[in-house]
Amino acid sequence: MANTTKIEVRVNGVGRTAEVQPRLLLVHYLRDVLGLTGTHIGCETSLCGACTVMVDGAAVKSCTLLAVQVDGCEVQTIESLATDDGLHPIQEAFWDCHGLQCGFCTPGMIMATRQLLQENPSPSEEEIRHGLEGNICRCTGYKHIVDAVQQAAEQMKAGT
Amino acid sequence: MIPAAFDYIVPDSLEAAAASLADGGENAKVMAGGHSLLPMMKLRLAQPSVVIDLKRLDSLRQIQADGGALRIGALVTHHQVETSSEVNENCPLLALTAGSIGDPQVRNRGTIGGSVVHGDPAADWPAALLALGAEVTLTSSGGSRSVAAGDFFLGPLTTAAEPNEILTGVSVPVPAAGTRATYRKVKQKASGFAIVGIAVCLRTDGDTCTDVGIGVTGLAGTPFRATAAEDQLRGKALTADAVAAAAAQVAEGVDALGDIHASGEFRSHLARLNTARAIQDALDG
Amino acid sequence: MPVSKLVGTKVKRREDPRLVQGLSHYVDDLRMADVLQVAILRSPHAHARINGIDKGAAQALPGVVSVVNGADIGDSVGSVPCAAANPTLRTPPHPVLAQGEVRYVGEPVAAVVAEDSYTARDALDLIEVDYEPLPAVSDLEKALQPGSPLVHSQWDSNQAFTFECGTGDMDKARAEADVIVKQKFIHQRLAPIPVETRGVVARYFPGEGELTVWSSTQIPHLLRAMLALVLGFPEHRIRVIAPEVGGGFGCKLNVYREEALLAHLAMKLKATVKWIEGRRENMQATIHGRGQVGTVEAAVKKDGTILGVTYDSLLDTGAYHQLLTPGMPPLTGLMISGSYKIPTLKFTSTGGFTNKVATDAYRGAGRPEATLVIERTMDLIARELDMDPVELRRKNFAQPADFPLPVATGLAYDSGNYQAALDKALEMVGYDDLRAEQKRLREEGRYLGIGFSTYVEICAMGPSAALPAGGWESGTVRMDFTGKATVLTGVSPHGQGEETTFAQIVSDDLGIPIEDVAVLHGDTAVVPNGIGTFGSRGISVGGTAVYMATQQVREKAEAIAANVLECSAEDLEFEDGKFSVKGVPDKGITIQEVALQAHVATKLPAGMEPGLQATSVFEPSNFTFPFGTHICVVEVDTHSGEIEIKKYVAVDDCGKVINPMIVDGQVQGGIAQGLGQALLEEVVYDEDGQLVTGSLMDYAVARAEDLPPLEFARTETPSPVNPMGVKGVGEAGTIGSTPSIVNAVVDALAPFGVTHIDMPLKPEKIWRLCQGGTK
Repeated sequence: MANTTKIEVRVNGVGRTAEVQPRLLLVHYLRDVLGLTGTHIGCETSLCGACTVMVDGAAVKSCTLLAVQVDGCEVQTIESLATDDGLHPIQEAFWDCHGLQCGFCTPGMIMATRQLLQENPSPSEEEIRHGLEGNICRCTGYKHIVDAVQQAAEQMKAGT
Repeated sequence: MIPAAFDYIVPDSLEAAAASLADGGENAKVMAGGHSLLPMMKLRLAQPSVVIDLKRLDSLRQIQADGGALRIGALVTHHQVETSSEVNENCPLLALTAGSIGDPQVRNRGTIGGSVVHGDPAADWPAALLALGAEVTLTSSGGSRSVAAGDFFLGPLTTAAEPNEILTGVSVPVPAAGTRATYRKVKQKASGFAIVGIAVCLRTDGDTCTDVGIGVTGLAGTPFRATAAEDQLRGKALTADAVAAAAAQVAEGVDALGDIHASGEFRSHLARLNTARAIQDALDG
Repeated sequence: MPVSKLVGTKVKRREDPRLVQGLSHYVDDLRMADVLQVAILRSPHAHARINGIDKGAAQALPGVVSVVNGADIGDSVGSVPCAAANPTLRTPPHPVLAQGEVRYVGEPVAAVVAEDSYTARDALDLIEVDYEPLPAVSDLEKALQPGSPLVHSQWDSNQAFTFECGTGDMDKARAEADVIVKQKFIHQRLAPIPVETRGVVARYFPGEGELTVWSSTQIPHLLRAMLALVLGFPEHRIRVIAPEVGGGFGCKLNVYREEALLAHLAMKLKATVKWIEGRRENMQATIHGRGQVGTVEAAVKKDGTILGVTYDSLLDTGAYHQLLTPGMPPLTGLMISGSYKIPTLKFTSTGGFTNKVATDAYRGAGRPEATLVIERTMDLIARELDMDPVELRRKNFAQPADFPLPVATGLAYDSGNYQAALDKALEMVGYDDLRAEQKRLREEGRYLGIGFSTYVEICAMGPSAALPAGGWESGTVRMDFTGKATVLTGVSPHGQGEETTFAQIVSDDLGIPIEDVAVLHGDTAVVPNGIGTFGSRGISVGGTAVYMATQQVREKAEAIAANVLECSAEDLEFEDGKFSVKGVPDKGITIQEVALQAHVATKLPAGMEPGLQATSVFEPSNFTFPFGTHICVVEVDTHSGEIEIKKYVAVDDCGKVINPMIVDGQVQGGIAQGLGQALLEEVVYDEDGQLVTGSLMDYAVARAEDLPPLEFARTETPSPVNPMGVKGVGEAGTIGSTPSIVNAVVDALAPFGVTHIDMPLKPEKIWRLCQGGTK
């Protein structure tokens, strides 16, 4: 059996420990070890963004990280966004604006949006389109996604 | 999608990292952010038996302005470069280049050290580093050495780094006040890499070009500094004709890459076109 | 409390809360105990003989349960099916794992079953295959020439089938014409790229003798039937489930080797097995779209009257037929008339085997080819006659009074008002000003282009007589004890939002809140029968079945209400979910109370069966024919070859609209894929059949920045084919958009003497065309 390494990671606010093969990809750790299947796999080549999660507050592609690389880190997945009070404003906005169809790219798109609005709370349409360059949606044609990001930006500004 | 198995080492010091690399030999790979290495491993184009993760070497995460040079540690992410006030004040070309790499998620994790040492001929960093006359620092158990960017890139995925050397940082001379620079990239629409990337760094006195650096990536198997084009400009008035004459030199004698995205002939054309446009952008900027 | 009507309004999708939280379950998200993972070894050769396979090292790897190849399977699994009927069709055997020979890069050769996916992947590297390379043919036209390497040596050529349709005398049209316009078109291969790749889980229950297959499919019921045939296993013991499906675009309207292979492995190993396709596998082994080459010839009078059009084409079928591979050319041929009255039309197609993966239905499926050909031809004619392309279109349009419109291809278009959509689009884009702007900019050496597509498409697939495996759809509506409604539909949505739109229909017509309507789909054990989601048929065929079942439920409810209220049904009126006696508003019963009565069953009319449900199987009498005008305005940088879309206007008519937000989304997404074909996308194989665009590193799909701001409007011409007047909108954007973009770029480059450019319009092509300078 391949060697393993012990990792300790806070995932969605909960401390987790596991013995993992060093080659285990973060996305597989989240999905297959922790059962957090909202993070999806779409491309193998770090291009589609479906696997986007946040590590220590920064959006990353979890297919291009080893689980061992995030030992000691804080990881947030799509499952962390909604609370008992309801959906996160970005989730609400994607729903309101029909920013999704099949929904497969959506968790990654929402996590990328979260990063975008963290860095730029009032993005222009151009900045939104540029800021989502790491994510592919094959269904929507992006217009409704842009609408959703704009709405989320307004909501989040109003909420703070 | 799934890398082959390997042993994983997380050294606490650069010395320990260098020692591990010396032990591991050809089958050991050093990992910074992992955004060049892991994609290769996922496709099993790279199957190292040992991966040495530099993540604990916080000294390599620094950006320092120091004695007329910016020293950027190997573990500094593209995003850090893009947003660093030190970089934006001292050498905005680096920030511009960083911002044109990949996408936000990739920039959050990918590092300057990992990208540069990977030696991808279509990567963005080489153009700026060549234009700016940067040096890279390589460290092994035997000590450290500096290599000029112009001597570092040797071919596709081939650099001057020896198998036992770790790229620990990049040192960029801070351009003199008044230097104008820009980076123009023709993006390969699928991968986001450069079909052609042209970095221009220009100093002028009135209308006259006093110094210039032109770095070219994407065009050939090795990123290079377009010295013939630079010679056409240095000391000359920057007229439209002079710019055109310089741009015309940029692909001369270059064995241009050709693939389904652009033939060698078109890449050469794009290099010329974007050199001229980059010079103009720099002057206008 | 009055219930507001939902049909025709923006109702937020009921699917979305689970999707935006990542709480939905696509195939790979299903959690089951003791699942074995399958990895598939694929051919690295376009054509090779397999002289031997050594599985020893792979089998010896700890964690590996089984390694199988074609010889292990033998004839225990049948050929993967092709449903398209054509008397000239040559159908090669299509085994689940290669039987001694591989014919395309990516063809499955062996499968590893292991305890985990990492071990399964490791084992693939340990299988030694002795390949003897054979001559391969990649180029379609070369494949059909004498002397080409043969993809299947049992036949004397690579010809896979021939097909023709159309009527009229083209020789006469030629003789009467003032001008003949000819042009060759290449419709490049495209990869569908749903962001969710394919995936299959198969589980065998040996005690019950039952097989359950979860697959990311658009057609669970058809898949079930086909698996029964391929596996020789009784259909009634198979359950197919399409869980959440992450996009399909036609590529999951199919039956694949892996679905049969996984089912076979589950039964053989008496286990649960799982395979999730990687993206590179997806590029190699999931069907491609388009792959057509053809030449158009149009015979035209000087005044622009089109006398006749022929289109002779070839289809690159790839090495094996998938479910509908030979069914694509007919869809091109039938729609070659576009929105124009053309008395003589002739279409021919010859399919050619190549050493590549099969082509089959990808969003639009044959119609984008027809639309590109006729819309480009209109521009070619306009250029030849020095006529404005708008005027030429107006002149040849079918007029509203012409409908139902008999077309020389044999179809009858249901309804249309092409002029109205064009007029609206012209107004939105400001056409007259644009031509002046174009002229002005040309003088500055800037190249603006204006492109039109006044498309019509065929959807609501379709009458059973016209389809290979049934064109009907089923819908069941049931109200239970507590007055909640459950809808069962045979369509299998994967992003189209029918859990919402179907509930809108039922909510309105039963007068109950939408929250009280559940729409179930995608499970053959839940939905008694069905066909699936494709061909823009969800609302128009599936929705109609639900609509008709809803009417039947209401009729039964009315009869029960009359009995309870001791009046005749004619004395009742129904409003806001309540049956009331006319003129006696206090005397009434809600539909929920009726539902309870239907189940308590003590006050039913004599002879009435208890319960309150109805099933309708809707068989459409015709297709529907949505249409519209797309106008694209581009500026071309002739130095860099780059194309900037300055403006894009789309006016679409999909008949009556159930949910305008969803219709907008379908159109926008469709345009993104149509733009992809025009500008970015192309599957490239080299001469030897190696796949050059083997990953998303080399195959570009549109990202947010690639899409221009779009302007939208609609006209609404109801279809007479179904009671709601709906037409369908899933493919319109893809079909309508591509020609407008290509026409715009060709228009921009008119000063350079450019009359045609094949897609994708990559910068290098544009640059080369401009090298000769303006003419």
